[in-house]
Amino acid sequence: MSVPTQGSGMTWVGRSIRRLEDPALVAGQGHFTADLQAAHWVRFVRSPVASGRIDRIGVPPNANVITAADLAGVKPIKPMLHKFSYVPVAQPVLAADVVRFVGEVVAAVVAASKEEAEDIADRVEIEIVPLTAVTDARRALAAGAPVVHPEAPGNVIVEGRIKTPDFDATRASAHTLIQFEAHSRRQNATPLEARAGHTAYDGATGRVTLTCTTQMPHLTRTAIADVLGMPESDLRVIAPDVGGGFGQKMSLTPEYVILVWLARRLRSSVAWTEDRRENLMAGFHSRDQVITLEGAFDKDARLTALSADIIANVGAYSCFPTTCGVEPLMAMAELPGPYQAQAYDCVSRGVVTHTCPMGPYRGVSRPVITFALERLMDKAAARFGIEPIEIRRRNLIDRFPYKSATGLTFDEASYRQTLEMAVEHIDLPAFRARQKQARAEGRYLGIGFSTFSERTGYGSPAFAARGMEITPGWENVEITMDPSGLVEARIGSSPHGQGLRTTLAQIIADEIGVEPRQIRVVHGDTDRAPYGWGTFASRSLVIAGGASLIAAQKLRTKLLKIASHLLEASAADIVLEGGMAKVSGTDRSLPIATMARQAYYQTHRFNGEIDPGLTEIGAYDPAGTFSNACHVAIVQVDIETGHVAIEKFLVAEDAGRIINPMIADGQVHGGIAQGIGNALLEEIVYSDTGDILTSTLADYLPPTAREVPVIELHHMETYSDASITKAKGVGEGGAIGAPAAVINAINDALAPFNIEIDEIPATPRKIRATLRSAMEKRA
Amino acid sequence: MKPAPFVRHVPATVGGATDMLAEFGPQDGRILAGGQSLVPIMAFRMARPAHLIDINGVAELARVSRIDNTLSIGATVRHAAFHRPVADAEMGRMLSTVVRHIAHYPIRTRGTFCGSIAHADPASEWCLVASTLGAEMVARSKRGQRVIAAEDFFEGIMSTALAEDELLTEVRLPILPSQAHFGFYEFNRRAGDFAIAMALVTYRVTDGVIAEPRVGLGGAEARPRRIPEAEAALKGRPLEAKTFQAAAEAAAQAIDPIEDIQADAEYRRELVRAVTRRALERSVP
Ligand SMILES: Cc1cc2nc3c(=O)[nH]c(=O)nc-3n(C[C@H](O)[C@H](O)[C@H](O)COP(=O)(O)OP(=O)(O)OC[C@H]3O[C@@H](n4cnc5c(N)ncnc54)[C@H](O)[C@@H]3O)c2cc1C
Repeated sequence: MSVPTQGSGMTWVGRSIRRLEDPALVAGQGHFTADLQAAHWVRFVRSPVASGRIDRIGVPPNANVITAADLAGVKPIKPMLHKFSYVPVAQPVLAADVVRFVGEVVAAVVAASKEEAEDIADRVEIEIVPLTAVTDARRALAAGAPVVHPEAPGNVIVEGRIKTPDFDATRASAHTLIQFEAHSRRQNATPLEARAGHTAYDGATGRVTLTCTTQMPHLTRTAIADVLGMPESDLRVIAPDVGGGFGQKMSLTPEYVILVWLARRLRSSVAWTEDRRENLMAGFHSRDQVITLEGAFDKDARLTALSADIIANVGAYSCFPTTCGVEPLMAMAELPGPYQAQAYDCVSRGVVTHTCPMGPYRGVSRPVITFALERLMDKAAARFGIEPIEIRRRNLIDRFPYKSATGLTFDEASYRQTLEMAVEHIDLPAFRARQKQARAEGRYLGIGFSTFSERTGYGSPAFAARGMEITPGWENVEITMDPSGLVEARIGSSPHGQGLRTTLAQIIADEIGVEPRQIRVVHGDTDRAPYGWGTFASRSLVIAGGASLIAAQKLRTKLLKIASHLLEASAADIVLEGGMAKVSGTDRSLPIATMARQAYYQTHRFNGEIDPGLTEIGAYDPAGTFSNACHVAIVQVDIETGHVAIEKFLVAEDAGRIINPMIADGQVHGGIAQGIGNALLEEIVYSDTGDILTSTLADYLPPTAREVPVIELHHMETYSDASITKAKGVGEGGAIGAPAAVINAINDALAPFNIEIDEIPATPRKIRATLRSAMEKRA
Repeated sequence: MKPAPFVRHVPATVGGATDMLAEFGPQDGRILAGGQSLVPIMAFRMARPAHLIDINGVAELARVSRIDNTLSIGATVRHAAFHRPVADAEMGRMLSTVVRHIAHYPIRTRGTFCGSIAHADPASEWCLVASTLGAEMVARSKRGQRVIAAEDFFEGIMSTALAEDELLTEVRLPILPSQAHFGFYEFNRRAGDFAIAMALVTYRVTDGVIAEPRVGLGGAEARPRRIPEAEAALKGRPLEAKTFQAAAEAAAQAIDPIEDIQADAEYRRELVRAVTRRALERSVP
């Protein structure tokens, strides 16, 4: 099951080499969109009202202000799904007659500088007749609720249902039923770099170059070309260095469409840099869900049947390309998680409201469903009087491939082993003793476990199952060795901080015997890189990595052929390593760079047996593979203030073969930091009338270094045939598992009070309110 | 977001600053000190001053000095100046304890003590210190100078007794007596955030009982203030859990809590109870 390595056996894969990206970034030599200069700057005028009819837009004299009336011929953004009772809804790039959320773009002010544009925007008067807004999904479902889109009178625009044939019978024979509601409040991915776009017009060709901070340059090109009715090749999209995305930068934003439209109209350059307030109001939100969950257990605490009613608040519009089905459908398909329940009954709805549109955010629904399911497991453990680890032992899947109730195939993984690994390192008996002692002193410590699967690297069949009009999945990688022996790998993935240039270079280096720093990975430019789907869903290392491996293997084959000619030896006896082609068992060798020159300049020597040049293409479209982990949090809850301090966070993680341990650890750390924010701090709040009350970082609270503890990481590597590099994705697991572990720990700490906290974030105010009502009840 | 247009003026002396204030104050002019409160609200265009009078270059305002039993803090003295004790004994320790709860390090190197007082955020640590100790604010204008007592100075949320042409040139803090004890406790959601509730207590112990107690609360009401009911619960009592509990309870009952998305009235009352008791516990030598 191991990957072939050659020669000395020393491989680049598996080593924590320093990131090739970093020297430029730490020396301030990176290229970010907002660094670009432009002749024109845009300031968007946004709706101050959640729902209303636009009556008049008053434009100051001599100002260049674009409104919907100017955009004749521009189509709305209208993503499509062909399944799940999907109701397509249109998002005009500038609000036309009505506004549907606070922050929706109503007009674009164009001026010679950012400052001037902002001053003019200040004087644009938008008069809106307010209508009743609905911000809460449950209220939007109620009879008589305001209708957000006339096409969807009940406000439901996507609905999935699954019921396995054995569900009713299995549930009926259950020993114990546990039902509860899990709430997840709305969150924002808050990348360090908010959105930014810059367009330049080329008078010679009429082409426009859009530089923007996106995770998917090719899809951005496709979408904008469609909306504006232009050929794709007239648009070049560049994603330069991108300061984090976490999913927020994978959906099309109307602002970029307007920038391209303006560049074509003005035949000039135009730029926009979003500020944090715009980002918090209008830069896509996530995780606003209510899940009513019921678990049916047999007498041995085995989960036999699971039912769920999932309501996802998807905001005012449906995002492109995933559509707003991304949250409710992901939740439905993956809710059973790593547990063996085979009977399943689920209804999952995406509900439109007068709030900022939902977009994918690291983990997409899985932080929420994992939290719900892990709460169920802990509640059941308490009911059966067994330890949380024991109930997990009894229910985790352990035979592979495993076919889930929703039809997913789980490849080989280590659910139980990572649980045991975590348990071993945490020393549960010692903790329980300490907990008991602390309680006697009035201090409330708790431990929380979360065991989960992280579906990663899924190709086109998985997306096709969702009925997506645009079905992503595969990746192409083109590798060229130039005549001086330097390697360029052009990829369709589009990393935004993950270190993919380094990890792909490590994979390629092992195949063709050169050092990673001689390999330049080119991405994020539709003119330079092959069509590809960008970076999301923990896919890039698996899929672009697999395609890189395939292309590199082809290049190796070709290099060996050349070497065999030049060294007059059988290709089977030649190894490529340390920049040389060597004939084993002899002292005959040749620099790879010399062979590269020959491949271009001396092709006549190959007697027509070898094609000229050194370019190979690899394509990869896997079915997908599951990473897995066990997270453990130890917390202390201050029962007087409701404050939660995380004392320890421990992870046992299995993401298959680890290409670069340092980078993998970084992914897990970052995900957990966000997960801790989701569990304790971050919450977007709307007033009943649809005002957003958390539009600054003084009110919306991501964790800082002080709130994130040192994270203890342990790795296990299961090599599964589902990935040709044996690497599984690791981008989302941290964020998926952390909220559940933290909330379970809080509940464990508060067990003496007989209360349950089934909500993220568990803010101190809510914890206090729950404790207070428990005390009042007792009194 | 970026600020609406404004004109910046740079006086070199206090006289120059007050002349400018007399002229521009009535035309929407404001003092710019560390800019750590004013600039963010200007960036959101929630404040749109037409003129900024930047006092950072006025050398005579940059001093901390001790005159008899008061500590005089000039208008451009930064928060960071208090990281190390600026006075002996408990006074220096109290200020260097409290300052670490103000925002984050980079903000403390620019923001000023007097700027905090003039800005009058209900959750400002320095406003709490000023109220608890009974500070005096020195206001200078072209019209002359006046000294305003803390209880008259803070009028409500971000509102003070300063007139539009007045510069707060210094704050005079009474120095804690040498045998004084102090305790401070702040509750917030993240390190460096504004307090949702905080308490500062000071007292002396004579004959085994509490004398001259002061209990100040911040972040809980529209302005920081001393809570006489809590002080009464301490005065003449021994330092023990029961006493602290009673004072904390009195404080919780006495307040008229503000409400925001972080805390409703009931929760704030609970926090006041907790921070008051904990400040007292920390004060125990
Ligand atoms: C992220 C962040 C977190 C923060 N957290 C805290 C915190 O936890 N606790 C806290 O107390 N503060 C906090 N602050 C605010 C900070 O302490 C400010 O420095 C302080 O509130 C104002 O001081 P300044 O010198 O920056 O004043 P400026 O911002 O320059 O001015 C503030 C106001 O006071 C007026 N003013 C300033 N000086 C004078 C004067 N001498 N005479 C008359 N008027 C004057 C100005 O005109 C303006 O209206 C935080 C700030 C930030 C950005």
